[in-house]
Parts: sequence; C-alpha cells; structure tokens
Amino acid sequence: MTATTTTTSTGLLDARSPGGPIETRWERCKFDLKLVNPANKRKFTVIVVGTGLAGASAAASMAELGYEVEAFCYQDSPRRAHSIAAQGGINAAKNYQNDGDSVYRLFYDTVKGGDFRAREANVYRLAEISTAIIDQCVAQGVPFAREYGGTLANRSFGGAQVSRTFYARGQTGQQLLLGAYQALERQVAAGKVKMFPRTEMLDVVVEDGRARGIVVRDLVTGRVRRHAGHAVVLATGGYGNAFFLSTNAKGCNATAIWRAHRRGAMFANPCYTQIHPTCIPVSGDYQSKLTLMSESLRNDGRIWVPRRKGDTRRPGEIPEAERDYYLEARYPSFGNLVPRDVASRNAKQVCDDGRGVGPGGRGVYLDFADAIARLGRRAIEERYGNLFEMYERITGEDPYSAPMRIYPAVHYTMGGLWVDYHLMSTVPGLFVLGEANFSDHGANRLGASALMQGLADGYFVIPYTIGDYLVDHMGEKLSTDTAAFAAAESEVRQRIERLLGVRGKRTVDAFHRELGHLLWEDCGMARNDAGLRRALERIPALRQEFWEDVNVLGGGDELNQALEKAGRVADFFELGELMCRDALHRSESCGGHFREESQTEEGEAKRDDERFSYVAAWEWAGENRAQVLHQEPLTFEYVHPSQRSYK
Amino acid sequence: MSDHAIHLQLHVWRQSGPRASGRFVTYEARDISPEMSFLEMLDVVNERLTAKGEEPIAFDHDCREGICGTCGFVINGVAHGGQKGSTVCQLHMRHFRDGDELTLEPWRARAFPVVRDLMVDRSAFDRIIQAGGFVSVNTGSAPDGNALLVPKVDADVAMDAAQCIGCGACVAQCPNGAAQLFTAAKISHLAQLPQGQPERYQRAQAMVAQIETEAFGSCTNYGECEAVCPKGISIDFIAMLNRDFLKAAVRVEREARVAGGSG
Repeated sequence: MTATTTTTSTGLLDARSPGGPIETRWERCKFDLKLVNPANKRKFTVIVVGTGLAGASAAASMAELGYEVEAFCYQDSPRRAHSIAAQGGINAAKNYQNDGDSVYRLFYDTVKGGDFRAREANVYRLAEISTAIIDQCVAQGVPFAREYGGTLANRSFGGAQVSRTFYARGQTGQQLLLGAYQALERQVAAGKVKMFPRTEMLDVVVEDGRARGIVVRDLVTGRVRRHAGHAVVLATGGYGNAFFLSTNAKGCNATAIWRAHRRGAMFANPCYTQIHPTCIPVSGDYQSKLTLMSESLRNDGRIWVPRRKGDTRRPGEIPEAERDYYLEARYPSFGNLVPRDVASRNAKQVCDDGRGVGPGGRGVYLDFADAIARLGRRAIEERYGNLFEMYERITGEDPYSAPMRIYPAVHYTMGGLWVDYHLMSTVPGLFVLGEANFSDHGANRLGASALMQGLADGYFVIPYTIGDYLVDHMGEKLSTDTAAFAAAESEVRQRIERLLGVRGKRTVDAFHRELGHLLWEDCGMARNDAGLRRALERIPALRQEFWEDVNVLGGGDELNQALEKAGRVADFFELGELMCRDALHRSESCGGHFREESQTEEGEAKRDDERFSYVAAWEWAGENRAQVLHQEPLTFEYVHPSQRSYK
Repeated sequence: MSDHAIHLQLHVWRQSGPRASGRFVTYEARDISPEMSFLEMLDVVNERLTAKGEEPIAFDHDCREGICGTCGFVINGVAHGGQKGSTVCQLHMRHFRDGDELTLEPWRARAFPVVRDLMVDRSAFDRIIQAGGFVSVNTGSAPDGNALLVPKVDADVAMDAAQCIGCGACVAQCPNGAAQLFTAAKISHLAQLPQGQPERYQRAQAMVAQIETEAFGSCTNYGECEAVCPKGISIDFIAMLNRDFLKAAVRVEREARVAGGSG
C-alpha cells in the first residue's frame, strides 16, 4: 500500500447520540444513564491524565461524588496547565445583556462557526451547560469582571452579534483554571484525589478490550510505574506543538492521546487546526514559541501592507495611497473583523505575494494610528494597555508610535480522539475531554469557546456519563500485576532505551523544528494535493532519520528534559503524518482546513457537503501501515448548512 | 544579525539531583541576538552543549508568556532578572550588554529544595492551597451567577490579588524565605468576595498554620517580595492577611465555644 491511498471502512461508529427534540436530548440521556449507588462510588478508582480546565474540573467533581481519583500532570503543579494562558473569555448563553442570546443561538453560532462539521447533539449540550459553568465558577470565587451595580459584565468577542463572553481582565483562563485547581486541591486535602505532578503518561493499558490503567514515568526520578483504574480519563490538551512553533506551552504534547490511538482509540479530524491571526511574528531561527495577542485588537486596529512588493520604507513613510488595507477592501461588511481563518489566510497571501513586512517579510501591520486620533491615546491605553506593553516587551517597539507587526500562528486543534456522546473513545473505559477530543467545534472553533468546552466536559458531562460505564464493572478487582501491564511497561522501557541509545548527531529540537516547518508549509493555513503528498513522503523519511541520528544525552533514571522532549517529538512525527493523510483525503475546504483546489471563483473556501459531511475517524492499523478511515455521517436537523460569506 | 550580537559569560549553578552537591560552572554564550528571550538564549547554549556531548542545563519553563509561573531563577542576585513586572521568560537579551557576566542560580529557599540545576520543588505552595485556599462548593450546588452582587471595586481588588502566578519569586527574594505574599494573595482574593466569607477566618488560620509546618521563614516586612513579583502584587495584602489572622484567633475560639456549648 502506498502512503497516500486511503482504506475506508463502512462499519458505522456508534455515537450514542440521542434522538428526538434537541432541547431535551441531554436531559433524556441523563435519565437513561445508569447510576452508581453513593455508597459504592468509593469502590471505583478513576485515573485522570492532565489537569487543565477539563482534567482538574473532572477530577474534582468526580472526587466530590465519592470516586477515588488519581490525577497526573507533567507540570510541577496542576495550577500550571496551559489553559492558564487563555486571555479572552468564556462564552455562556446567559442573556444577561438582554440582547437576544439564548441556548439555541449559542448552539446555532457554534455549529455554523464550525462550518457544519460538528455533531449537533453535542453542540447543543455544550450551549445548554454553558450557563451552569458560570454559576459554578462564580460560586468558587472566580473574580469575573463586574458592572458598577455588582452584576457580571459581558463583552462581544470574535465577531459575535451578542455579548455573551464573561472575562476576568485578560486572564480569564488563569482565573478559571485556578478555580478548578483549588477545587482539586480541596479534594487532595480530603484524601479523595491522589495527585501525581511531574509525571508523564507513556501508555494506556488495555485489558480484555477495555482501558484498565496507564504506565507513567516519574520525571524527577525517571522511575517507570503502573497505575490501575476502573476507567481512564484523558484531558491532555491539543497537538498544536506538532508544528514546533505555536502559541502552546513548550511542554504541551500529544503523547497521551497518541499512545491511546495506538492502543485502539480512533483519531478524528486530525487536519482541523486553528491558526490565530494576531500573533507576534517570528524574529529569528532561535524562536522557541509564538505569543498570541487577544484578537480584540482587531476591533480598533487596521490591518495593511504596502501596495508595492519589497517596500522597505518605514511604515510612517508610506503614504495612505500606497497602503493596501486588504481586509477592508476585500470584505467591506466585516473588514478587519473577519473570522480567524479568513484573516490568517489573507495575511499569508499578501506575504507570499512579497508584500509582507518585518524580518523575513512574514508579517503585516496592525495599525492603531486612526483609532488613537479618533478616540485619544488614553482610550486605547484603557482597552489594550496590557497587550501593548506585552508587545513592547517582546519586540522592543512602541505600538503607540508605530504599527504593530502581526502574523498568524498555530493556536488550537479541533481534531482529537473520537468520542461518542458520553465522551468515551472507541476503547471502552477510555474517556477523552477538552481539547484532546474532537467533539464540539467542528472544523473551526469560535473565540471564547475552548474554556467553555473544557469546563463543560469536566464539571458537567463526565461526572454523569462515567457512572453509566462503571456500574457494569462493579466489584472488579484492580491489579497492575497482569500480562497487559507488564507488556506495556516493557514497551515503554524499550522505547526509552532506544531513544537514549541512538547517540546520533542532531538534537531533538533540530528535528522538531524541521518537522514543524514541513507541517507549516504543507499542512498549514492552505493545503494542496501536491504539497500534502510531498509531506507524506518527507515525514516518514525524517522520522527514520530521527531514530537513527537523534542525540539524547544523560540517562533514563534521572530528570532528563531532552529525553522527555524526544519521546514527544517521536509521537509528533507519527501524528504529523496522520494530519497530512487526513488533509489529503478531505479534498474540500472547511473551517480551518483550506484546500486550494476547493475554492470559489472569488477565492473563498468551498465546502463539499455531498462528499464530506462526516467525521473522519482514523483507526491505527499497525506500525508503518496507513490508518483505516471510518466515517461518522453528520446530519443537520436544526442548523441547515449554508456557505459562509463575509463580504 | 551578527553585527548586533552580544557575547556573555554565564556562571550557572549545576546540581545533578536533590541530594548531590552543586557548583557553579562557567559557559560562554556567544553570538546572542538581542531579540532573543532569556530562555531562548539558554536554549541556544543548551543546543551547543548537547552538540559537544555535555548535558544541557535543566531549567523549568512552560508557557513562555509569563502566565503559567513555571519559570524562574535568580540572575545576578535578583529573582527573574530584575525587569519590572516580568518573569524571566519575558526578559529579552536587548537589556544586556556585550561582555556582561551573569550568575544564574535556582530559587534559594529552604522550603524549595533544588530538583536539578535551576529547578526547584515548589510543592509547598500546593500544600498551602490544600490547607484552605478554596471555597467549599461542590459542583452543581451554585446559585445563579447574578444572584450574588459584587461591588466592582471589590471584584477589582480581588482580581489584583488573584493574579498571583505562584512562581515563588517572592520566597526566593525574601531574606527570610517567607511565603507571606503568596499566601496573602489567596487569602485576600477570597476575603474580598462574598463567596469567601463563610470560611474566611478558618482559611486564614489554616493557611498560616501550613506555612509554619513548611520550611518557610517569617515575614519581617522587608518588602523585597513585592519588588520582584511579576504581577506586582502589593504587600498591602500581607497586612490584610495579618488582620484576618488576628481576628481569626478570636473568632475561631468563640465558634468552638459556641459549638461546644450547643453540643
């Protein structure tokens, strides 16, 4: 089989998605779920991997119910998960502003924003639960922004027509995470959660066809350990770091979900990645990560590039007539506020055209001169002061006197492990929450919806659905002394030894940069058939080179950051290949996935509902074999597919 | 780029494990671009060390945008390197001059044992939170968000305290190695809000008691913590903590009497 042929299975995935009126689906599902008697809950152990918004809220909530929880994170404390970096806010259909919002409208906007590639039932539940999340977070003491009368403040975000976004200055993710972290620590103190920080999951153990535990490595001592549980919950975030440069934290990785994929969990829509338009551009080849600035900047900043190619004049020396405000010109009604994917793609186009600004010509101007003249410097300072400061700290340039330079960067991954309505993967007993699953955002996520989904899954979905699975496993004894555990542990050890044994010439980062560059070029903002086929040839070759020439110093039985990185990058190689395979097979454009062959005459994304209205779930088929594609058809009973237009 | 590149000499604390003895090792950092962040400069040094077959310098870091609180070490005696309101990941090399000599040490505090090189164990902070840094509200039992009105100024002050990132610079810079600023930030955040009232005094007492169980020193109002805090958290919050702690002594005693009397 060549790398680029796709084997499709016609076996249907059972999403366990309830039918009937959408407004009561979750309610009816909850009623049908089997319950675990309160006195029996303590007889179950649940493993939670990852302690960001989804993992911490899940661990705390399940412990409150009475389950014994073991929670794991690679950071030195669960308070540091990357959810902490989310700036903008969290959506909820409270309609506190009396501006026409409703659960139905949030549901509608999310399905449409996701370009009709998400499951309606899941999205409706997300919108429905959103209101309880705000209540819960307020009760925990999350210091949301308030009006003078003491009520909660809201803002409109990411081009939404209603003000439904709750926020805590520019640190909403931080405050929500600290709320969930505190709830988690409360359960640690109560003895219901055992917390394992600086511990990385390296494999899932599947026994008799169901998830029964994990194999981990203690990152301080290097010890490899086994942990057994009646169910395993993965809440380990997205895979944006496959691109090397992204707005993710340096430690974010796909190892947990990738290892689970290799054990039988299908991987859905891996090609759906979100590129955020307002990031600080790359300044040199030593660049280690990219920093996002809130897209609220686009409310007042005007985006432009010089009309002439290779114009090296300073921005202030370029007269108005020689500037191209390309978004305003091309999209008169939305202008600078077009959705993230449209803004990103257009920035790439003008840069590809040789009109980009700054180092390497990979940047466009975001200019506040007009806004400062219209509203005064003080008003701009009040709105964006902290962002301007951050920009100046990183670039050394003052955005009050010269326009900012911005460029798109990988920010979020909509794809992830396939889950059914109960958030269970195709491996029974293995649940997946938050960014790690594929479930709610379709092909494109709306601003301020990531925090909402993480907390919905953790606080209000998994505490219900996990009981329905566990109740059938009542009384089952847990043991790590089994053949499956021994085999998994031995594979983990062999892999560590193999990585340490290469002693080649290139560092892990050198390989990771090359992989990232390749993915960015061929599986980034715009993809085409030839580029994807090229990537599918180059990635396996580079992966082979990695295993023959990587240089990881030190040992396995000690703290070894290079070894940690090496294991993660090895998995990114395999995942990167799958991303390209998925992107190649989906020859339509949708959401964050723009296929150059599929565009309208005006150059906008063209969806192909007839051929691609399905979730692509890929099944691991073994080492060096192409994954098998399974399709979950998507039907839209409520929100009728239409082509997006922002003209 | 090499026109502006700078050359530095780094004296870096190397320690292979918690029980090993450590020492300073000197490294040359040549051709450093002023556009790099401090951690990117260390990445470059590490790549070169690895190429030479020497083990890279271990340092903690994650988000590299100043919010996760993972990074932090001492540069020439100052936690996070002395740029006002900033973590070391947000410090850029343009603030250094060609030929500068820099000493890099891990947080020096008894309560934060060294894990390796520039990394320390800050789990004592988690235990302080476990002692009471939360509101006891189970998932599902919350009233409507707007059922509880919070004056804007209270919410703002709560947020000023709540933005602590738990990096530990306050402890590292304090001559006594005290954790008062960290603890006060959480106590004040919750004490400022109606949600935090029911457990307010118990919380103050329990969290302060936990500080004393750990190997932190006492607060004697040096104020160095505030000076290096990347979030500029004010030591006024320590005064607030002390007030609540004092009140707690009276209240908790009375509550115990009342509870005992009725039982």
